[in-house]
Amino acid sequence: MSVNSIRDTFFEECEELLEALVEGLAQMEDTSDDMEVVNAVFRSVHSIKGGAGAFALDRLVSFAHSFETVMDKVRDRALAVDEKLMGLFHRAGDHLADLVAAARDETELDDEIETGLVNELESYLDGDTAVEDFCFDAVTLDFDGPQIDLGGEDPVSSARVFHIRFAPSRALYENGHEPLLIFDALAEFGSLSVEADLSLLPEFDSFDPADAVLSWQLSLTTSEPETTLHEVFEFVEGLCALEIEMDQTAGPQAIELPEPSALPDEAVSPTPQDTALPQISTDVPVGVTSAETLTGKKPDPGQGKSTTAPATKELRGPKPTLRVDLDRVDRLINTVGELIINQAMISQRIEELDLPTVAHLTNELEAYKLLARDIQEGVMAIRAQPVKPLFQRMSRIVREASDATGKKAKMVTVGDSTEVDKTVIERLADPLTHMVRNAVDHGLELPAERTEAGKDQTGTIRLSAAHRSGSVFIEISDDGAGLNRERILAKAMEKGLVPPDVEFSDPEIDNLLFLPGFSTAGQVSALSGRGVGMDVVKNAVHALGGRVSITSTPGKGTTFAIVLPLTLAVMDGFVISVADQTMVIPISSILETIRPNPRDIHVVGTDSEVVSVRGSYVPIVDVADSLGLGQCDDKNSNGILLLVSTEMQGLTALRVTAIHDQRQVVIKSLESNYAAIPGVSAATILGDGKIALILDPEELIRLAHAPGHDPFAQHSRMELRHG
Amino acid sequence: MAETAEALADTQFEFITFSAGGQSYCLEITQIREIRRWTPVTALPHTPQDVLGVMNLRGAVIPIFDLSARFGLGATPANERNVVIVAAVDGATIGLLVESVSEILSVDKSAIQETPDIKSEATRNSILGMISVDESMVRVVNLDAVVDSEKGLSA
Amino acid sequence: MTTKVLAIDDSRTIRNLLRVSLEGAGFEFHSACDGQEGVDIFPDVDPDVVITDINMPKMDGFGVIDTLRSGPNRTNVPILVLTTESSDDLKSRARNAGATGWIVKPFDDGSLVSVLRRLTGHVS
Repeated sequence: MSVNSIRDTFFEECEELLEALVEGLAQMEDTSDDMEVVNAVFRSVHSIKGGAGAFALDRLVSFAHSFETVMDKVRDRALAVDEKLMGLFHRAGDHLADLVAAARDETELDDEIETGLVNELESYLDGDTAVEDFCFDAVTLDFDGPQIDLGGEDPVSSARVFHIRFAPSRALYENGHEPLLIFDALAEFGSLSVEADLSLLPEFDSFDPADAVLSWQLSLTTSEPETTLHEVFEFVEGLCALEIEMDQTAGPQAIELPEPSALPDEAVSPTPQDTALPQISTDVPVGVTSAETLTGKKPDPGQGKSTTAPATKELRGPKPTLRVDLDRVDRLINTVGELIINQAMISQRIEELDLPTVAHLTNELEAYKLLARDIQEGVMAIRAQPVKPLFQRMSRIVREASDATGKKAKMVTVGDSTEVDKTVIERLADPLTHMVRNAVDHGLELPAERTEAGKDQTGTIRLSAAHRSGSVFIEISDDGAGLNRERILAKAMEKGLVPPDVEFSDPEIDNLLFLPGFSTAGQVSALSGRGVGMDVVKNAVHALGGRVSITSTPGKGTTFAIVLPLTLAVMDGFVISVADQTMVIPISSILETIRPNPRDIHVVGTDSEVVSVRGSYVPIVDVADSLGLGQCDDKNSNGILLLVSTEMQGLTALRVTAIHDQRQVVIKSLESNYAAIPGVSAATILGDGKIALILDPEELIRLAHAPGHDPFAQHSRMELRHG
Repeated sequence: MAETAEALADTQFEFITFSAGGQSYCLEITQIREIRRWTPVTALPHTPQDVLGVMNLRGAVIPIFDLSARFGLGATPANERNVVIVAAVDGATIGLLVESVSEILSVDKSAIQETPDIKSEATRNSILGMISVDESMVRVVNLDAVVDSEKGLSA
Repeated sequence: MTTKVLAIDDSRTIRNLLRVSLEGAGFEFHSACDGQEGVDIFPDVDPDVVITDINMPKMDGFGVIDTLRSGPNRTNVPILVLTTESSDDLKSRARNAGATGWIVKPFDDGSLVSVLRRLTGHVS
C-alpha cells in the first residue's frame, strides 16, 4: 500500500466521517444532551484531525482542532447547546467538508469564512484558545534527534560515564515495562554495564512474584547528552526510583576503555565470586539471564487464554466489509453482461438447431439463465448504495438556501436507506441540489407570508426515496405556495416558448418549467442566478434513463417526482420490430399493448391517427416514421400499439410492427463511442450477436411532434442540436 | 549531439495504407486496433449517410463510418470483400469501412507534405497531409476531424 | 519469532499508516477498529504489544487498558497509547491507567518503531 493509496483511503474515510458528522449534528438538533451522539460527533471531527495530521494538512488539522475543542466542552457538559451554537456547528461541519475537499483536490479555500468560524468557535472557549493546549510537534522519543543535533561534535571526545540507579516499582511491571529492554535501549548509546541489587530479595516462602524487589546499578559510557537517557526512562517516570548522575572523573578514560570489564568503576566489572550479584553486561545477549529468571515478572502470555477465547470470531464486532476497487466491480459487471448475452446466444442457437428431444437441455439452459441472473443481481448489489449520504448533503443545501433567502426551512428525509446504483447517486447529486435549492428559493414562502397563510413559519422540504416495481422513486416536495401557473404561462409566452393563443391544462403549464431557458424567479436571486434551469435537471434525469414529473397544489406545495431504473446496466424490455429492424423498448414505460381493431383507428386531419381505447381517443405515433425509417406498410392490419404515458403528451400509442419477446437486456451506451441519437437511449446486444437499439418512448413522441405547432417543438429541436 | 538511433526513430512513422472510394489513404499504425471483415451493421436513425450504423465488437458498440461517403466519393458497396479498420480516437473506438487494406508504409516525417489548399474545407480538415509513394499519392486521414464532424452532423 | 502488534484505532487511515510502518519494520500487524473489538480479539491475536487510540466508539482507550490490565485476562503486555494530545495530564492519566507508553500523533515511523523496539525487544 503506497502513501498515495493511504491518502486516498484517508479521503474516503473523511467522506464517511463527514456523513457521520452530519448525521450526528442532525441528531443533536433533537437531543443535544445525548452524550453518545455528542461523542460520535466529536470522534468524527477528531478522526479527521488525526488523519489530516499524518498528511500534514495543517489547515484542516487546525480547524478541526478548534471545532473539536468546542465539541469537547459540550461533551464535558461545560457548554450547553442552543440554537445559535447548533447553527455554528452546522456551518463548521460544512466548512470542514469544504476543507477536506480542498485538501483532496489541492485547491485553496477562502480564509474569510474560516477566520469568522474560528473566531466564533473560540468565543465559546472563554479565552483559553484552542491553539494553546494544542501541540503537534511533540514527538516522543526520537532517538535520532539528539544525534543529529550533535552532528558537529566529535562523539568520542564527548563520551562520558553516567551512573544510573534504577529501582522499579511493582506498577512498572504491571504497566508492561521490562527493565531488560530499557537496558537494551541504553546499550545502544554506548557501552553499558548492569549490576542487579538482590538485597531486597525476600526469603523464598514469602516471595510474591508480583512484587518489585530488584533494583539495578548501571554505568553507561556514551557521548549522548543526559537528556537522551531521560528520554529512555520517559515512560517509566513515576513508576520507579531513578537517579542519573554523570561521573565527573571517569569521562576521559572511558573513551579509551569502552569495554565494560575495563571500566574504572570496579563494581561493574564481573567478579565470579560475587554470585549474589548476577551481572548483565551488554556483551552478553540479554535473552535469558538470571535477573530475568529471578524477577519472574513476565507472565506466560498463554495463561488463561484457552478458556476464554471465543470460538466464533465472525459473530463479534461490526459486520465485516471488504473494500474493492470500483474498476474491478465494473469489469465484473461488464463480464456478467457478456455472460447474459452469451447465455441468450446459446439458447437461440440451440433453438435454431431444432433438436427433436431437448427437454432436459431446456431445463439445463433455464438453470443457466437463472444462475446468470443471480450472479448479475449479486454483482449489481455491490454497486448499490443507500441514498442517505446524498440526502444528507441536501440538508446543507436547505440550510444555505434558507440563509440566503431569509426563509425558514427544515429538511425531512424518508426512506434514506433505499439503495441505488452508485453512478445514479453520483449523477443525481447536481439535479437534486438544484431542485432542493429551488424548493426553498421558489417553493417556500417567507416566514411572514407563511404565518399569514396559517402555516408554521418553518417550511418543510421533504426528500423521500423508495423502491417500487423495479424502479427507484425519489420525491422532492415543499409545503410552500404551489406553482404560480399564471406567472409561468406569462413568462413562457413572454419568452416566446409557447404560442400565445393556445389553451394549456394545468399539468401542461407545470411542465413548461422544464423548457430550456425557463426561469420562474421574478428577479435573478443569488441562488438561481447560476444559469441552471429545470431543463438541465430533466436532461440529467433523462440521461439516467429516468423521468421527472411535477405536481403542484396552490397553497399546499409542489412535488417533483423522479423515477429511475434500479440499475444502469440492465433493463427489462420488449424485443420488437420496427420496419425491418429489431429494437428494444423498455417495459417500464409501457402501460399496455394493444392489437388494434381497424375499426378503432381513425384518421384525423391529413395524416394524424388516433385509436379509441376504452372510449377515449389516444394519438398514434408511428415509431418507424418517427425514426425516419418509413412508415409501416399497412397501417390498418399490421402493427401493434404500445400504450405509453408521458408527462408532456399524456397517453400516446406507439405503433411498432411486432413484439417478439420480453427479456432482460444489457444496456450498452452509444455515447461512449459515438453520440446520443434522438429517440434512442442506448443499445444492447441480442442473442444473435447483433446490436439492437433501445428506444426512448418519450423522445420518440417528441420527435413525432417536432415538425408541428407543438409548444415542445422547440425543446426537441434544442435537444437535437445539443445531442 | 550526433543523431542517435532513438532520435531517428522519432521522426520515422508507420502507416497502414488502404483504398476508399478508389483513392489511397492511410492512418498511422498506432491508431489502428484491428482490421476486420465487413459484417452487416445495425443502422442508426437520424444520422448522416456516411454513418453506416453500429457493430458489436466483442461486447462494445462501435460506430462504423463509410470513409468514401465521408469524402464525397459515393457510398462503399457493402459486401464481404470490404474491410473495417477499427481505430481508437479520443478514448472512443470506431470503425471505418474501406474497400481494401494495402500495405504498411514506413516514412520519415519529412516525407509528409502539408495538405494543399483544396476547395472543400471539410475534406481539407479531414486530411492531415500527403505522402508520395512511387507515382501515387497517399492521404493521411485526420481521425479526430472525421469523428468530430460526424458527431456534429448527427447530434 | 516475529513480534506481533495489535493496533486499535477507529480511523482506517491511522490503521493503514500503522500497518505500513510496522509491517515494513518486520512486525506482524493485527488491527481492531474499536476498543471492544480490540479486547475481544486480544486473546486470539496474543500480541507482544498493543497500540491503542484513546477516542473510540464502544470502548475507549482507557477502557482497553483497564480491561487488559485488570480483567480476568489481565496481562502485562506493553500498551502504547496513540494520542493527538501531548499534555502531561494525559500522559499521567494513561500511566496511571496502566499504559506502558505513548506516541503522539502524527507519529513518524522512526520514533514509533524505536519505541516499539524498546518495549518489545523486537529486532527489525
